Amino acid sequence: MHSFPRWKIWLILTVLVVSMMASLPNVSTVPSWWPSSLSNPMSLGLDLKGGIHLVLDVDVDKAVEHSVEEDIDTARQSLRKEKIRYRKLAAEAQTLSITIKNDTDIAAAETLLAEIFPSYNMAPAAANIIALTLKEDVAKETREFAVDQAIEVIRGRIDALGTTEPVIVKQGKRRILVQIPGYEDTAHAKDLIGRTAQLEFKLVDEKGDLEKALNGRIPAGDIIMYGPEQSRGTQKSYRQPYLLKKRTELSGNEIADARVSIDSRFNEYAVTLKFNSKGSRRFDKLTEAHVGERFAIVLEGVVNSAPVIRERISGGTAQITGSFSPAEARDLAIVLRAGALPAPVKVVEERSIGPSLGQDSIDQGMNSIIIGMILVLIFMAVYYRLFGLVANIALAFNMLLILAAMSMIGGTLTLPGMAGIVLTIGMAVDANVLIFERIREELHLGKTPLAAIDGGYDKAFSTIVDANITTLIAAIVLFQFGSGPVKGFAVTLSVGILASMFTAITVTRAVVAMSHSKSGRIEKLSI
Amino acid sequence: MELIRPGLNIDFIGKRKAAFMVSALLILLSLGSLAFKGLNFGIDFTGGTLVEVKFDVAPKIADVRAAISPGGYGNAIIQEFGAPEEILIRVQNDDAEKSSNISTAILDALSETFTADAVEMRRVEFVGPQVGEELTEAGIMAVLIAMLAILVYVTFRFQFRFALGADAALLHDITIVLGLFALTGKEFTLPVIAALLTVIGYSLNDTIVVFDRIRENFEANRKRKTPEDETSVVNSSLNQTLARTLMTSITTLLVVLALFFLGGEVIHDFAFALIAGILIGTYSSIYVASPVMMSLAGHFKTDEDEMKELEARP
Repeated sequence: MHSFPRWKIWLILTVLVVSMMASLPNVSTVPSWWPSSLSNPMSLGLDLKGGIHLVLDVDVDKAVEHSVEEDIDTARQSLRKEKIRYRKLAAEAQTLSITIKNDTDIAAAETLLAEIFPSYNMAPAAANIIALTLKEDVAKETREFAVDQAIEVIRGRIDALGTTEPVIVKQGKRRILVQIPGYEDTAHAKDLIGRTAQLEFKLVDEKGDLEKALNGRIPAGDIIMYGPEQSRGTQKSYRQPYLLKKRTELSGNEIADARVSIDSRFNEYAVTLKFNSKGSRRFDKLTEAHVGERFAIVLEGVVNSAPVIRERISGGTAQITGSFSPAEARDLAIVLRAGALPAPVKVVEERSIGPSLGQDSIDQGMNSIIIGMILVLIFMAVYYRLFGLVANIALAFNMLLILAAMSMIGGTLTLPGMAGIVLTIGMAVDANVLIFERIREELHLGKTPLAAIDGGYDKAFSTIVDANITTLIAAIVLFQFGSGPVKGFAVTLSVGILASMFTAITVTRAVVAMSHSKSGRIEKLSI
Repeated sequence: MELIRPGLNIDFIGKRKAAFMVSALLILLSLGSLAFKGLNFGIDFTGGTLVEVKFDVAPKIADVRAAISPGGYGNAIIQEFGAPEEILIRVQNDDAEKSSNISTAILDALSETFTADAVEMRRVEFVGPQVGEELTEAGIMAVLIAMLAILVYVTFRFQFRFALGADAALLHDITIVLGLFALTGKEFTLPVIAALLTVIGYSLNDTIVVFDRIRENFEANRKRKTPEDETSVVNSSLNQTLARTLMTSITTLLVVLALFFLGGEVIHDFAFALIAGILIGTYSSIYVASPVMMSLAGHFKTDEDEMKELEARP
C-alpha cells in the first residue's frame, strides 16, 4: 500500500479544527477573539421559528397611472399661465390627452408641453387633441421606484411592531417578501401592511350644488367623495356625500410625524399630525385663504371629516378624529408616520407558522436525524465491522461539516432542510459502501489485503464522482426552481453531498492507512 | 456479514421480458389512475387557503364546519391532521380580491365559537391564483430540466444509449410515484416535487453505478481473446454491483423511514414519496435501465473507434 501523503493528513486536521470552530456558535456563545467568519450560528427558518411569511404584489401600473394623473395638474397650471385655453384634460393609463380649444393655439401648446414634459413622447395633434405618452424607460423607472419605496414604507410600519429581525426584500420585478419572525397576529400584520394610507386634504366646493352633482352634473374640477359608512335610523347603511375640489392641496407626503392623542372636546382617541416645513407653509396659506370654508381630510379614499376652517392655522398641526379605538388610533398613527404606499399592494402568498408548530417541527426533525443516524451507524458497524466503524467516523465528520458549512455560508435551516440532512445520512455512506464492496471483491479475487484496499479506493473513485454529480445536478435544479423552504432542502442536500465526498474518500482512507501502516503484514481485514 | 454471496449470478437480462411486463403493467396502472382519478393537488398549485389549528380538546368535524359555515366556508375540506386535536381546513380561493383574508375570517370564527384560548393557530398558508400557476410551471420546468441535464451528462460520460436507458428508468420511476399519489389520493405539494427530484437524483445514482461497472467490464472484455457477448457482461456487472445497490437502498430507506415515522405530519407525504421512489428506483436501476440500454444496442453509431474515444474520456 502506498504511504498516505502527509499533507492530506494536515488538510483533514485543518478542516476538522475549522469546522469544529465554525460549529461552536450553534451550541454556545463564543469568546470575543473568535474569528468573525466562524462566529455566526446557523439561522433557523421561519417554519422552525414561527412567524409570518408574506409575499406581496405591488400594483406598479397604478403608480405609473398615479404619476400621469399628477402631471395633469402641472399641465393645467402651465396652460393657464400661458393663457392657452383648453377644453379637456384627461389621463388614461400612460397617456395624457389635452384638447385645445382654438386651432391657433396648437403650435404654442405643443411647444410648451414638449418643454415641460420631456419624459413624454408627443404624437402629432389630431382634431385638436394632443396626446402625450409616458416614455417606456421612465414608466419602468417609476415602477421600480414604486417597489423600492413600498419596501421602505412597509419597513417603517413593521419596525413599529417592535419585532426583531424582520426581513423585507424585493422578489422578482414587482413582489416583496416580508418575514416577521416570532409574530403571530397575521390579521393585524396583513392589515397594517396592506393599507395604502393615502392621506389627502381637499377643499370642499362650497359654491357647488351637491344635489345637482349627485344627479350627475358635477361642476368642472370637482369630485364627489363619501364619508364612512354609518347606520342612521332605519336605513341600513348611509354614507355622507361631499362635493370636493379635485385638486389635492396637501397630502400625506408632507407629514413629519403622527402621534396618538386624545381629542379634548369629545374625550376620544385621535391622531395628531405634524406637517413638515413645506407642509406647514402650505397649510398656513390654505387656511389663511379659505377661512369659513370647509376642508376635507380624505383617508384612503374615504372622507374622514370636513371641519370648517375657523382661523388661519400656522402651527403646522392637524388632528384626525373618528371614534377610534386605542388600537385603531395607534395603527393609523403608524401608517401615517411611515408614509403612504406609492401603489396598492396585495398579499399573493402567505405561509405563517404558529410558535408551537415551529418547536414541534424542530423536535421531530431532530428526532429523525438522531434516530436515522443511529440506525445507519449500527447497520454499517454490523455489516462492515471495523471498516463500518471507519465509515461511521466519516459520517460523524460529515454531520460536523454540514453544520459548519451551513453556519459559515449563513445558511438557513428549514424543516425540508432537516429532511435533506436526514437523506444525506443515508446517502453519505454510499461512497463507503462502494469502496468497501470493491475491497471485498478484490479480496475474493485473491489479492493481498493492502492491495485490495488500494484497488478498492482507486476503482471506486470515478464511480463515486459520477454518482454524486448526478445527484448534485438534481439538487442544483431544485435550488434554481424551488421556492422558500424547498430551497433549504436543496442547500443541505448539496452541502451534504459535497461534504460526503471529502469524508468518505479522504477521511476514511486516512484512518484506514494509519491503522494499517504500523501493524506490518496484515493477514485479514475486518470488512 | 454479507448479503450477497460472491460469485452469485442471477440472470437479470434473461428475465427482462418478465420485468418489462411488470413495469408496463405498473405504468399502465399509474397512467390509468392519473387519467381517471387525477392528482390531489395541494394549494401550492391550485391556489387557496389552508389553516391548521390545534384545539384544547378534540372537536367534532361537524362542529368545526358549523362554526365556519356562517362566513360562507361551509364547503371547506376539513380533516384531522396527525392527531384528533389538530384540524386542517382547506378553502378554495374565491373570485373576490379578499382571498388573502379568508384565513383571518376562519380563525376569527373558530375563536368565537370555541373561545380564543381553546384554539391555537398552527399554520396558515395562502397561495393566490397567480402564484399557484407560477409554482406549477416552475415545478414542471424543474423536473424537465433535471432530466435534460442528466441526459446530457450521461451522454457525455457514457454513450447515448446509456443516457436513454437512464432516462427511461427515470420516466418509469416518476410515472409510478405519481401514479401512487393519484391512487392513494395523497396530497401533491411543493415538497413532493422536491422529493421527486431527489428520487431522480437517487435513481440515477443507482443507475450510474451499474453503468460504470458495465463500461469497465466492456473494456476488459474487448481485451480478451474470446470476448463474451454483451448480455452476459451486463449480467455479471449487475451481479457485481448488486450488493452495493441493496446496501445503499437499505441505509437510505432506514433514514427515510425515520423521517416518515418521526418527522411529523408536515413532511409525511414528502417522506412517503421518497420511500416509494427509492424502492422503485432500486428496481428500475436493475430491471429497466440496463435492459433498455441493451435493447438499443446497434441502433446508434457505436463502432470501435467511438467506443475507444468515449472510454478515453475522464
